[in-house]
Amino acid sequence: MSNSTTHSTGPTDQQAVTPEAAVAAPVTGGPSGLRRILRMLVADKLALLSALFLVIVILCAILGPLFLAEMASDTNLRARNAPPFELERGFAYILGGDALGRPLLARIVMAARNTMLIAAGAVAGSMLIGSTLGLIAGYAGRWTGEVIMRLADVIMSFPSLLLAVIVLYMLAPSIGNLVLVLAITRIPIYLRTTRAEVLEVRKRMFVQAATVMGASRRRIIFRHILPVILPTLLTIATLDFAFVMLAESALSFLGIGIQAPEITWGLMVSQGRAYLTNAWWLAFWPGLAIILTTMSLNLLSSWMRVALNPTQRWRLEIGGKKND
Amino acid sequence: MTDHLLEVRDLSVQFHTAQGIVRAVNGISWHLDRGETLAILGESGSGKSVSASAIMNLIDMPPGEITSGEILFEGRDLLKASDEERRRLNGKRISMIFQDPLGHLNPVYPVGWQIAETAMAHGRGKAEAYDRALALMERVGIPDARASMGKYPHQFSGGQRQRLMIAMALALKPDILIADEPTTALDVTVQAEVLSLLEELQEETGMGLLLITHDLGVVAEAADRAVVMEGGLVVETGTPRELYHNATHPYTRKLLAAAPGKGAMREPEDGPEAILEVRDLKKDYGGFEALKGVSFDMHAGETLAVVGESGSGKSTIARLVLRLEEASSGTARWKGEDLLTKSPRQMGKLRRQLQMVFQDPTQSLNPHMSVFQIISEAWVIHPDILPKARWPERVAELLDQVGLSPEHAKRYPHQFSGGQRQRIAIARALALEPDLIICDEAVSALDVSIQAQVIDLLGKLRDELGIAFLFIAHDLPVVRDFADRVLVMQRGEIVEQGSVRQIFEQPCAPYTQRLLAAGLDSDPDVQADRRAARLALAGN
Repeated sequence: MSNSTTHSTGPTDQQAVTPEAAVAAPVTGGPSGLRRILRMLVADKLALLSALFLVIVILCAILGPLFLAEMASDTNLRARNAPPFELERGFAYILGGDALGRPLLARIVMAARNTMLIAAGAVAGSMLIGSTLGLIAGYAGRWTGEVIMRLADVIMSFPSLLLAVIVLYMLAPSIGNLVLVLAITRIPIYLRTTRAEVLEVRKRMFVQAATVMGASRRRIIFRHILPVILPTLLTIATLDFAFVMLAESALSFLGIGIQAPEITWGLMVSQGRAYLTNAWWLAFWPGLAIILTTMSLNLLSSWMRVALNPTQRWRLEIGGKKND
Repeated sequence: MTDHLLEVRDLSVQFHTAQGIVRAVNGISWHLDRGETLAILGESGSGKSVSASAIMNLIDMPPGEITSGEILFEGRDLLKASDEERRRLNGKRISMIFQDPLGHLNPVYPVGWQIAETAMAHGRGKAEAYDRALALMERVGIPDARASMGKYPHQFSGGQRQRLMIAMALALKPDILIADEPTTALDVTVQAEVLSLLEELQEETGMGLLLITHDLGVVAEAADRAVVMEGGLVVETGTPRELYHNATHPYTRKLLAAAPGKGAMREPEDGPEAILEVRDLKKDYGGFEALKGVSFDMHAGETLAVVGESGSGKSTIARLVLRLEEASSGTARWKGEDLLTKSPRQMGKLRRQLQMVFQDPTQSLNPHMSVFQIISEAWVIHPDILPKARWPERVAELLDQVGLSPEHAKRYPHQFSGGQRQRIAIARALALEPDLIICDEAVSALDVSIQAQVIDLLGKLRDELGIAFLFIAHDLPVVRDFADRVLVMQRGEIVEQGSVRQIFEQPCAPYTQRLLAAGLDSDPDVQADRRAARLALAGN
């Protein structure tokens, strides 16, 4: 009921109509690209904070190893399991020290690079391959689609960690191989989601309208179908980010993932597990880093879902007022 | 106190939205007596359904809020009654049927059970409820009622589903039946049947019938009195005859003037040779023959209407000719070349000459693209039409041509009304400078007054640009005003074809005669004649 009234047009067809139109029109005519995105980001405070946090994480990943490599690997037996929030050993020990007396803050910053490399690599890889195959499976003929789907079934029928264990046992455990294995095991999720959405979207009228205009398959897929399903894929990807980080730590824990002295947040959590009763901070801080990163990604992706959708965008453009 | 069965006094309802308060209805008053049919007439957004929702306690609060007024049912104010009390009235004393019966029947239960459930929910025994359900299904004319009780909603046709909804609404012999656009989704012949069923049932039970509609024809056919609404206000009240002949409010007059089917009929000229020759076109889905060998010609600049009810195969013709689906057999020669045997690449080039405007512009425009992108996509696909530097200029020109303004180019489809969206879709079709535009029910989703504007626009384009139209419609009056020639289709076959005058003044095929008799006219006197003609046909 409220729908029919807010979108009502009244009897005259000529006047600009919905309240959204009135609000959004001056903005769409206004500033271009980047400034507009920034303005929409500022409108959503949570998304803004998330974006800032992610920028910090990325800076850590890029710059951290340049400055902190030595500090993060120097053992200091007097600072073994040093408790957090004590400044007498220097600022590096503000989060405490690990079992070998290495400062946790420096190690977390150091570990950001490997963690991000593996998680981002695996998620981006599986999303790219999975959604491409999904688009093909959804849009191409029945045969191609069937073959691709059965392929996905094969991957899914293996427990993903078991598959990783087997592959990494045979290959040398390196970052590259880890990314490869994690990417492969996550492909079916994107593949199935994409295919299901494509099957629905391709029946929509505007896709048929494009066909009637003579649009090529490529144009229909990338211009008309992909933008509709992209928000779903991005949401899955952000959720998957956390899963991949934890899977990586599980593999590292089994000794077939990242090898010491290389570190990742997941590895730090599993190393700290043994000390949970007397030195909780060993596992807590890297765990917090994982949680904050995935949460930020999640908030940012839900912001992006609104910002990418022209019919929803006004919610951000009118200044972040919540709709009931 | 009042002696009306139901009276709405000074009712105001508003909705709180992100953009502020929207006043859906503003101080409206009307009443309904026993045995009377009151029609509430209005276009989308006029607030015609809001008062019915308020009566049935269907308004979500918040965001909705009833700010003033009272709803008196047998003298008692429903708005002051408790929820429990109102639940007891709903279904038992006041019941309602909706536009889309499939959406309101539960797909996982047999229909007999669903009809009986209404009675059981109000404390009747199981056996009694089932007996009553059977009697009702027989009464509303479901064939083989006893066997049909065990069937599921999807096994019935649209008209039968609406009959089932009526049976369910009548299960407890209500005093008031509210029908919200009960026949809008139905074919004309079925619409006439459902309306006469409602009328018979009203005579039998003496209930008050509240008919909410946008269709002047339905008012002329069925209503005793009508209330005309616009923008949340009641602008005029009267009998259909008074309203038709002596409308005082400008809005009512505008509505009446917009009703199609009154203009001069066009005479087809024997023009140049055919641009599209369709021969023996067939399509079957599995064993079902949707199209059983259709042949016709189209000439340059001509408007050919294809009319028929749902399932007659009229849209299938468009989809086959445009290769959205593959034909089972037959040919469709476009300027001598058979469209049905072209490779996708060859077809892609030819497509710029044949364009299509779809029924629902909300769905046929990509919501992620701005109007500029939507229109200029034509030139991205066919780069030889126009150099990129001239795109903004041409988009502005096209928007102007379809009655929009050039600054609309930056907006997105959701920022427009239904009629404006259809104009955008037409501009998109024009961008390719086609020789033929296929309109598949292009105006049937629009309000009457906007429908008239879009038809005017299409007529203007036809005269200025010499474009041929293949106009697929179920609505005969629109076709009468717009087309040169008409094909009448039934069950995948052409039953009659000829000039508009021939079809409308001397229909030969019995199906065409029935279709014309079932159509509703906004003039109550004409409608009375139609009804007589329909009864005569039914008698044969």
